Amino acid sequence: MKKKINPMTRKSFVTYGMLLIVFIAVEIMLNTGNISSMLQGLLVPICVYAILAVSLNLTVGILGELSLGQAGFMCIGAYSSAIFSNLVKDSITQPFIRFPIAIIIGGLCAALFGIIIGIPVLRLRGDYLAIVTLAFGEIIKNVFAALYIGYDSAGLHISLKSQGDLGLGADGKMMINGALGISGTPNDSTFEIAAAILFITLIIAYNFVNSRTGRAVMSIRDNRIAAESVGINITKYKLITFGLTAFLAGVAGVLYSHNFYSLQASKFDYNMSILVLVFVVLGGIGSIRGSVIAAAVLTMLPEFLRSVNKYRMLMYAVVLIVMMICTSNETIRNFFVRNFEKLKGLIIKNKSKTVKEAE
Amino acid sequence: MAFLENLINGISLGSIYAVIALGYTLVYGIAKMLNFAHGDVIMVGGYVVFNAIVKANLNPWLSVLLAVVACTVLGITIEKVAYKPLRKATSLSVLITAIGVSYFLQNMALLVFGEKPVTFTSVISIPKISLFDGKVVIKGETTAAIIASVIIVVGLSLFVNHTQKGRAMLAVSEDKDAAQLMGINVNSTISLTFAIGSGLAAIAGVLLCSSYPILSNTTGAMPGIKAFVAAVLGGIGSIPGAMIGGIAIGIIEILGRAYISPQLADAIVFAVLILVLMIKPTGILGKKVNEKV
Amino acid sequence: MKFAKKLMALSLAAVMAGSCLTACGDSSKADGGKSGDENTIVIGGSGPLTGGAAQYGVAVKNAAQLAVDEINEAGGVNGVKFKLVFEDDEADPGDKAINAYNQLKDKGLQVMLGTVTTGSCLAVIDQTKKDNIFQITPSASAQDVIKNDNAFQVCFTDPNQGKASADYIAENNIAKKIAVIYDNSDAYSSGIFNTFKSEAKEKGLDIVAEQSFTKDSKTDFSAQISAAKSAEAELLFLPIYYQEASLILAQCKSADFSPKFFGCDGLDGILSVDNFDKSLAEGVMLLTPFAADASDDATQKFVKAYKEKYKDETPNQFAADAYDGVKIIAKLVEKESIKGNMSNSEICDKLKKAITDGFTYDGLTGQGMTWSAEGAVSKNPKAVVIKDGNYSAL
Repeated sequence: MKKKINPMTRKSFVTYGMLLIVFIAVEIMLNTGNISSMLQGLLVPICVYAILAVSLNLTVGILGELSLGQAGFMCIGAYSSAIFSNLVKDSITQPFIRFPIAIIIGGLCAALFGIIIGIPVLRLRGDYLAIVTLAFGEIIKNVFAALYIGYDSAGLHISLKSQGDLGLGADGKMMINGALGISGTPNDSTFEIAAAILFITLIIAYNFVNSRTGRAVMSIRDNRIAAESVGINITKYKLITFGLTAFLAGVAGVLYSHNFYSLQASKFDYNMSILVLVFVVLGGIGSIRGSVIAAAVLTMLPEFLRSVNKYRMLMYAVVLIVMMICTSNETIRNFFVRNFEKLKGLIIKNKSKTVKEAE
Repeated sequence: MAFLENLINGISLGSIYAVIALGYTLVYGIAKMLNFAHGDVIMVGGYVVFNAIVKANLNPWLSVLLAVVACTVLGITIEKVAYKPLRKATSLSVLITAIGVSYFLQNMALLVFGEKPVTFTSVISIPKISLFDGKVVIKGETTAAIIASVIIVVGLSLFVNHTQKGRAMLAVSEDKDAAQLMGINVNSTISLTFAIGSGLAAIAGVLLCSSYPILSNTTGAMPGIKAFVAAVLGGIGSIPGAMIGGIAIGIIEILGRAYISPQLADAIVFAVLILVLMIKPTGILGKKVNEKV
Repeated sequence: MKFAKKLMALSLAAVMAGSCLTACGDSSKADGGKSGDENTIVIGGSGPLTGGAAQYGVAVKNAAQLAVDEINEAGGVNGVKFKLVFEDDEADPGDKAINAYNQLKDKGLQVMLGTVTTGSCLAVIDQTKKDNIFQITPSASAQDVIKNDNAFQVCFTDPNQGKASADYIAENNIAKKIAVIYDNSDAYSSGIFNTFKSEAKEKGLDIVAEQSFTKDSKTDFSAQISAAKSAEAELLFLPIYYQEASLILAQCKSADFSPKFFGCDGLDGILSVDNFDKSLAEGVMLLTPFAADASDDATQKFVKAYKEKYKDETPNQFAADAYDGVKIIAKLVEKESIKGNMSNSEICDKLKKAITDGFTYDGLTGQGMTWSAEGAVSKNPKAVVIKDGNYSAL
């Protein structure tokens, strides 16, 4: 008798395999120079958005709560790690040492905030939770955009008003310059590191879903009262999921901030959170592989629509609406399913025949 | 004196938020969806009035009427094309579609009306009121916004509670399936809701652009989000709640900007929202939902 | 349900594969266009063509195209013709700006005109430095934009404008009690404000109210105006763009507050807003390098050509800066006899040496413009006042 592989494990290995193939293909393209600058520039952002989508999927798909604050966690990860890297870039010149520390700092800061925010917020449910997470994200963005931090020989200066308010000495250096953000962050994010972190994120996500904790979280999603009645500590499991989501979003923020020379808080507004949510929903709620694919496709889509020029964002909107209707409307979906079923039936028949013959 | 002036300005801004929030609240209450494109319908309404007055030299009142009709048609069209096929889908799918519609309207406006902002002509001809030797001025737009929002809230409450169509809306918001069994046409009720919501958006657009007379393709986006916050604060689904939430957000925003920090005024608005929801998880006038096992 | 998910994944994968293929197609095309052709130089521009800042990007794109067409119609410089490629960066300060730049590179970018907005520009400057591409920005005015030696500005650097404004107000004794309303979330505005503040202090001007707003709340200024009014300011300094300024003017009027108004080049264009009540702007003073109804030949010729080409639009200062930017590149190319088949790096080295080496340029936005090695332009700001619905020199 054949040994049966757990379907979840198989699913995860298929995803790892797909990612590995894409990774190798991209590496070959990179090394043979067969890649456009555009695609090359998109590699790290795709990984960043994929990590964001996978982490948000843990909250939306596994925990079943809608969060619109993903950009806020990303912002915290990006800022905290960029401050760290800027402080130590002269003393630790090796990116191999500096960057992992930055990643851990960014992730932990975001997770810490995630848990602090999560304690009050997770009492709410549904759309109210969504709007409160959106509110937290906007608060984080607004505070960072109004924050001025500089240091000189006299020590650290912090102001929420203006640069002139800091009263920096002549030897002073700005660390966070209000709306202008942080500049000069070392360019440590490479495609290899970003891909490796995406890989680790997937491993974490799949193992989380298959773990005891993950099953407890899913039971909360499916029936909160039943879960509570069998003794599952709802707050604890919600916080774990929320914290993990924030941690991974923070890590994505680190990758993001170390990919660009300058970092501005205005990037992390609610549009970013919504964008990530679009990836999750379009990729299929609860489907980790879907999140990665959707993030990759939708990050590339507006870039490849550049040929239609000023109609590009209009096209993007139309594609978004059509995709949503085609995947969520029952009549249209059934039409596709019926026609595909026929095709699939043919393929499977052939396959089973060959399998039988082989046996 | 300055405080009084700020307070009045806050109420003025809040009244506009209230009218926008009503659109959100109505649609959410009946269709159970966050219509993210609502803010952009406001912008379309603004452009219709602008073009009617400036380009076609129409009478201001006629222009407003035209905008209401145009937005109502737009609202129904959006509902039929983008939301109706998703009646049975998850609320998240509908949310994403609404975001798609919002992008669509913004970019369509960019192409149709051009990328340069235009100055709106105020359609309001109420004279301003000067108090305390001109130290406090109440603008005509302020008076108009307050009066309009009160009329709309009262009218809408009467409509919902005392007419057959309105009660049908209430029934659909309580339980779609049961309403259908009672012989209510759920689809047409939802369409009606969208029609009313979008018509209100046109009026909101006129009020917004009359008070803040500049109009571009992103004019509706931020007021839309703020009004959405107002609707949640007041208790989403509740008509008087939208009014209370709108005025509260308007006052907090202006006073926060005047006395705490202009940069952090938005952060303060959001912080107040969070605090209120911590104490009353369904907003100020929100219904408490009992959970069924 | 499960099948639907699979279907979803499949269709997404198909789209991805499709887009990958087009990507490869694009890159091969770009490589083909890049090598060879010694008589074409590709100027790449980047700015917002969609989104809230689209008006600036479109103005730059239009004017740059106009300049390129004029040069090409006149036979080019030394037989070399220009080709403009322009990409949308949505004024994004992060990945989208980089994407636009990369797309330009794929389309054979040789000289960079851009980016239009400061945020996007900060995101790409280190890329252009790494690729050693000559970059001249028409309108990104923050000081950090030109920190690399390959980047130059056509517009004033923000701090210069703040200083010049304070000096002008003090020297001409316009007012003593000053209120400021600035955009705290905008690099341009806060940059001007910071130097204005320190210079005003030195010149003995009294800033009685310091008010700001952000990108997310730029419609209601009642609180700021109320503060300025109760501080009894004689002059309201507005280092912001005209869109917000027109709202402030209207709201000041309805609040019965009528100080003097003083602005920077961002206010230019306020008179050409469709349906704007020009009486609101009566008496507004501004420092600007360009006014569309100036009487000199160059300006009039440019405005006429621009209006003819673009549906009677009046060009703003961004357009003028972009037009100058292209003409500056052309002059430099002529001076150094640059050919299209030189490498980007070679072009960059020659151009950046040429622009700092005794090069002067008379353009729409200034006479006798020169550049320092830092990349900032030196030209005289013109002070103008709005009188009877028109700009007139002070």
